[in-house]
This record gives sequence, C-alpha cells and structure tokens, in this order.
Amino acid sequence: MNLDFSDDQKALQDQVRRFLAERCTSAAVRRIVESDETHDRDLYAGLAELGVLGAAIPEAYGGVGLSKLELCLFAEELGRVIAPVPVSSSIYLAAEFLLLAGSEAQKTTWLPKLAAGEIVGTFALTEGSGRTTPDKVKASVRNGRLTGTKVAVPDGAAADLAVVAARHGTGEGADGISLYLVDLRGPGVERTVLTTLDPSRKAATFTFKDAPADLLSGEGDGWHVAGQVMDRAAILLAFEQVGGSDRALEMARDYALDRMAFGRPIGSFQAIKHMLADMYVSATLARSNCYYAAWALSTDAAELPVAAATARVSATQSFQHCAKNNIQTHGGMGFTWAFDCHLYYRRSNALALSLGSLSTWESLLIERLRGGNAAVA
Amino acid sequence: MDFEDSPEEAAFRAQVRAWIRDNAPRHLEAELKTAGFADNGIRSTDPLAACRDWQRKKYEAGWACLHWPKEYGGGGYQPIQRVIFGQEEGIYASLSGPFGIGQGMCGPTLMAWAAEEHKQRYLPPLASGEEIWCQLFSEPASGSDLAGLRTRAEPAADGSGDWIINGQKIWTSGAHRSEFGLLITRTDPSVPKHKGLTMFFLDMRSPGVEVRPIKQANGQSEFNEVYFTDVRIPDSQRLGAVGQGWEVSLTTLMNERLSIGSGMSLGFPELFAFCMEAEIDGRPAVDDSAVRSRLATYAVRQSGLKYTGMRAITALSKGQTPGPENSIGKLVAGAAMQELAMFALDLQGAAGVEMGDDQPLQGRFQKMLMRSPATRIEGGSDEILRNIIGERVLGLPGDVRVDKTVAFRDIPTSGRQKA
Repeated sequence: MNLDFSDDQKALQDQVRRFLAERCTSAAVRRIVESDETHDRDLYAGLAELGVLGAAIPEAYGGVGLSKLELCLFAEELGRVIAPVPVSSSIYLAAEFLLLAGSEAQKTTWLPKLAAGEIVGTFALTEGSGRTTPDKVKASVRNGRLTGTKVAVPDGAAADLAVVAARHGTGEGADGISLYLVDLRGPGVERTVLTTLDPSRKAATFTFKDAPADLLSGEGDGWHVAGQVMDRAAILLAFEQVGGSDRALEMARDYALDRMAFGRPIGSFQAIKHMLADMYVSATLARSNCYYAAWALSTDAAELPVAAATARVSATQSFQHCAKNNIQTHGGMGFTWAFDCHLYYRRSNALALSLGSLSTWESLLIERLRGGNAAVA
Repeated sequence: MDFEDSPEEAAFRAQVRAWIRDNAPRHLEAELKTAGFADNGIRSTDPLAACRDWQRKKYEAGWACLHWPKEYGGGGYQPIQRVIFGQEEGIYASLSGPFGIGQGMCGPTLMAWAAEEHKQRYLPPLASGEEIWCQLFSEPASGSDLAGLRTRAEPAADGSGDWIINGQKIWTSGAHRSEFGLLITRTDPSVPKHKGLTMFFLDMRSPGVEVRPIKQANGQSEFNEVYFTDVRIPDSQRLGAVGQGWEVSLTTLMNERLSIGSGMSLGFPELFAFCMEAEIDGRPAVDDSAVRSRLATYAVRQSGLKYTGMRAITALSKGQTPGPENSIGKLVAGAAMQELAMFALDLQGAAGVEMGDDQPLQGRFQKMLMRSPATRIEGGSDEILRNIIGERVLGLPGDVRVDKTVAFRDIPTSGRQKA
C-alpha cells in the first residue's frame, strides 16, 4: 500500500512552492486582475524554464519526461497561489489532446512550443449557456475551414492555439463531432475578451469564419477523445482546487488566531473553530480522493473515469466551501478588495464551472458508478 | 503510488489468509452477514460464546492483540501487520466486538500504568477473551465534560487503605458481561476538577456493583448504567497516583482515537442499490438529477474516508505515525449516515414510516435513522471532535473556561442556579 507521493516528488513540489512564493505573490496576482494583461508572462516563462509546463511531456517533444504524478503536485502549488497563468488550458488540456490524439507531425509542431511556453493553447467546446451535450455543438468544418462561435473559452485572451470541437460536414449527434487544431492568430478568427468572475485568468469568446482547421485524431471520435482528455484534466484541476482549499483554510486560521473580539482571539469561539474544522474535513476528503485519482491517472487504470469524477466533485465542493467560509471568518474585512479572500472566492467559483459544472460531474460520477468500472463501496 | 503489499507484507498476508481459511468459523458466515446494530447476527448458538471461541483460537495461534508484546498475550507484530490481519479476518472481525473496549482501551492503559504483576495477571486473559473489560468513565452529569464526574472514592474508615466507591456511571458498553472495569473517580472535590481524580480497576462482581441496561431511544439496549454503593476496592488496584486520574484517562482516550478502522460504513452501497430499484415517475430514481446530486455527495464522502484510511495505512507501512487526517472519520460518517437514512426514507415516501423487516433491505435505513444520533455522540460527540480538530490540528486556542481554577465543589451544577 502506497497512497502517497515519493520523497523525490515532494522535493520537486517544494521547489515549485518556493519559486511561486517568490514570483507569484498577491501583488503579482493583483497586477493581472487589475489590468488588461492576459496573463503573467514572466511567471509563465519562469514556469517553462523550471520544467513545470513540460513536466509530463516526453523529452522527444521538448518536455521534461516526468510523470503525471509530478504534474499533480505542481497543479496543487499553482492552485495554492491562484497563479494568473494559463497552465490548465495549455498543458492539462491542449497538450494532453495532442499527446492522446495528435499525429506525429502535430505533436512535433506544437508540443515543444507548449512545453516552452512560447505559445498558449486552450480547448474550445462550449457554445452557450447550460450543460454541454453533443447536440449543442453547432460549429462546423467544411473543406478544412471552421465556422461557428465558441463562448467562455478558458484563457481565451492569452491563447494562440485552440483545440476546437466541431461538426465535420453535416454529421449529427456525438459521432458527428471531430476535433480540430486552429491557429487563433490566423485568418477568420475574431476574439472578444470577456469580463468574468475571475479576472486573474481571462476568458474569451471566439467567432470563426472560414478559419483554417487541422483535423486532430479521426473524424467522428471528437466527443470520445474530449471526454478522455477532460477526465484527465479534471484530476489536475482538482489538485489546483485542493491547493486553493488548503490556502483558504490557512488564511482563515491565521486570521482567527490574530483577530481579537470580545477580549479573545476569534478562533477560540466554537462558532469559528467548528467552521474551520469543517473546512479541514472537506479539504482532507478532497485530498484523499485526489490521491486516488492521481494513482488512476498515473497508471491509466480502468477506474480513471470514476476516480476523476470523484476527485472533481470532492475538490469542487471543498474549494467552494473553504473559500466562502474564509470570507466569513474574516468578517467585513473579508469583503474588502484589499484582502485576498475574494480572489480565492472568485477562483473557486470559476474553477467550479470550468470543464463542466459540479452538477455535471455529479451526474457523470453516478452514471459511471452505475456502469460498474469501480466498486461502489 | 500503488495499492500493493511490500514483499514482506504479501508474505504475512498469505500466512494470515491460510490460517483464516483453515480456522475461521465458516459455519457462522451466513449469520454474521445478517448483523445489525447491537446484534452480530448469530442465532444458532450463544452469540457471546461464538465470539469467545474465535478469540481463544486466535489467541492460541498468536493472532490476538497483534500489536501487544508477546509477554502480555499479544503477537508482537507491527501496526501494519495488525491492519493486514484485520483485512483478512473480514467478516469474522465482527466476532471481536465484545473485546474491543477492553483490548483497545483498558489494555493499553494497564500496560502504561499497572504494576508488573497486574499486567502479568490481567493482560493475557484480556487478550484471549476469557475476561472481558469495560470502561466506567461517563456519568449522567459528565459526558463531553468528563472531568466533571462525581463518583466518589473515599478512604475506608477501617484504616485498611481500601477505597469506598459511591456514585453512578452511564453509557457503559458491555458492563453486564464484563469481569473487570476501568473506573475513574473523584477523590478530592476541594481542588480544581482535573486535579481531584483517581483511576482504579475493579472486579465487576464486587458487592455493591449493580448493572442496569438502558433502554435506548431506538428501543435497543447496547449500554448500561452502573451503580456503586459502598463498593470496596483495594489500593493496589489504583492506576497512577491519587489525583493523577485525568492523566491516566488521557492514555485511554488517546488509544481510542489512534485506532485505525478500515473506514466506517455510511451505508452508501445499500443506498446506491436502492436508488437503482426505487422509481420516481416510472423511472429509476438514479436517473433523477436531484437524486444523483445527493448520491454523488455521499459517494465522495465515502470514498474520501476510504482513501484517507489508505493514506494512514501507507504511513504505517512506512513505519510512520498516521497524520491528523485520521480524526475526521467518525465526524464525517455519523452525520452522513443520518442524512443518508433520511434521504432513503424520503424516496420510500409514506411507506418509509414502516420499521418492519419487509421494508427495502430489511428496514436497514429505518434502523440507521434511529441509531445514527448515537453515532454522532458516542466516543466523542461531533462538537468535541470539531474542538479536537480545531485545537490540536489547526492550532486554535481553547475556549475561555470558568471551571479550571475553582475548587470542583464550587462549580455550579445547574444552569438555572443563581450565581
């Protein structure tokens, strides 16, 4: 039995933590939140240099060739400091699409650039409000040209390259969906940067009109491949959420120790103490579920879909729980712009909607348990 | 990361598995599977005798109290080996129920505080199941506030050095079948509450000890009240110094919290199976999005506890002490069981009110509804567990206390009492 990371992996995590403590301060996050900058470019370049971006990309494609386990721990650190960089879109999603479904030429062209942070990738799926089902995908590709609209594309402001889910010709249902690589700096692409809950990562809406599109994987397997990649990305996002949970809990704990009211530290009141204990419980359950998912991800276990949904539901609940009660613990100060509580609250709620909302993942989890690729107990 | 045994663990597991295969009371397996709360399911023979038989068999083969030293009747094994034995013992582990408090809490306290001759005398029969022990701590007026206990121990007037006990304990599991008990008393009410306590052990058949079963809110009787009227205990059965009882009791309670289960069951597999069968508007309940949301929430709690347990086992496997994450188990499980039972009954509609065995899963959810309030109180209430997490794990300060420095006898005893 070894449901833990190795000492070497933890040492690498610690190195990334120290790098981020220095380079991704609250002031650095706020610089992106309060400006039109798409992301912290220096920080992103630093993460590339440190090997965080290329961690799980093979050396043959310009990566470091570590495993997904290291990437899980790096994700936790990025989540802790709510890093204003597009790692999840570019690495957990775009690079993973290429690794899982790209042709040799596509991998050779794009992966080294993604690993080096020279370009930013993303995944464009959603076309409107509500849960994304196959019939909601209307964008289509004819003769290698993409036409349609994609909304709320994560890190869309920063992205240079998108994996786009679209219909090949007039195909219908899930089988009519394919994936395409689209150069977002190329012709036929109109980008509108959005005002969102979490301005530390800037989303955008794209309108494509005859934009050149390069088929990724086979025609008709887009929905299936997207599902596989989203499961894997969900595990890494869950690690970001666990990192964010822990930090929000620490902030609340530190404030409860310092802040005096009625002649005593507020952390001595059971109303506060018990709220923090419940946050600890949520964060602990989420962490344990994430370790299970990390195991499934690193071994490509048959249980991966259940483990991914479990980690995602648990970590989403935990980060939302910890971030909202961090504000509550801080009282009025927690509702000021000057305190960082709202940045975590923003990130927790934005991440909860990213890659499919909580109710979507809850439903997926139950469908998968029913499908029986993991024990219910 | 993996869920595999190390080669040494695998060898040990194989050895255990072979022994269990050859020795477990397999004729009882079907009955054990019908177990409910406060009922190990055995009907074909005396349930306690069945427990004692299995315990003695384990003891004779060196598998009782695996982590205890051999000289006291244990197996001298590592904590991880104890976990592996428990996994392999499986359903037969429920036959250890009557010995759990004695072996898990009283034994370690004796080991830490008793005289050597007493350890030699009492620990082996405790390990073998020949003698059962109970823990006489809680009182009607002191539950979470254990140090507020009022059972008195006074020196005997005859100068023998014996102690005379008067008072009442409550919530004592297994008192009616115990040979011995670990008893905490107040020896000095003139000093602050934590300083005036003294620990003893006693023969439960001593004159003046009266055990009365409590009829619980769910109609069952798992616990007892124990009354003491001029019960005489020799001074040699005192554990620790006079006035050191609180410190001794912490040894007992620490052992309670260190015990590692394989994760408490919330009843999730049963609920999931039920939601596959039950219908809402002619469709399986599991297709309903509101049902899915609730099921998913219970699923991740159950899974979170399971893998938290595995993280603790990982630590044991590496020879480390598990971290504080272990303290969440009962807090999560108790509340989840209660919510889950209410949810299952909701899906049963008006018919859910019926307690009978012809209800889905033999009325399991109804029984769970009625038993779960106790889970949230026994062995540390939800509120005490949150205090422990808040103070010992997160490092928050203790509450302001009005009873720590005053003499015990000056502490008010009623909320309506005028100061």
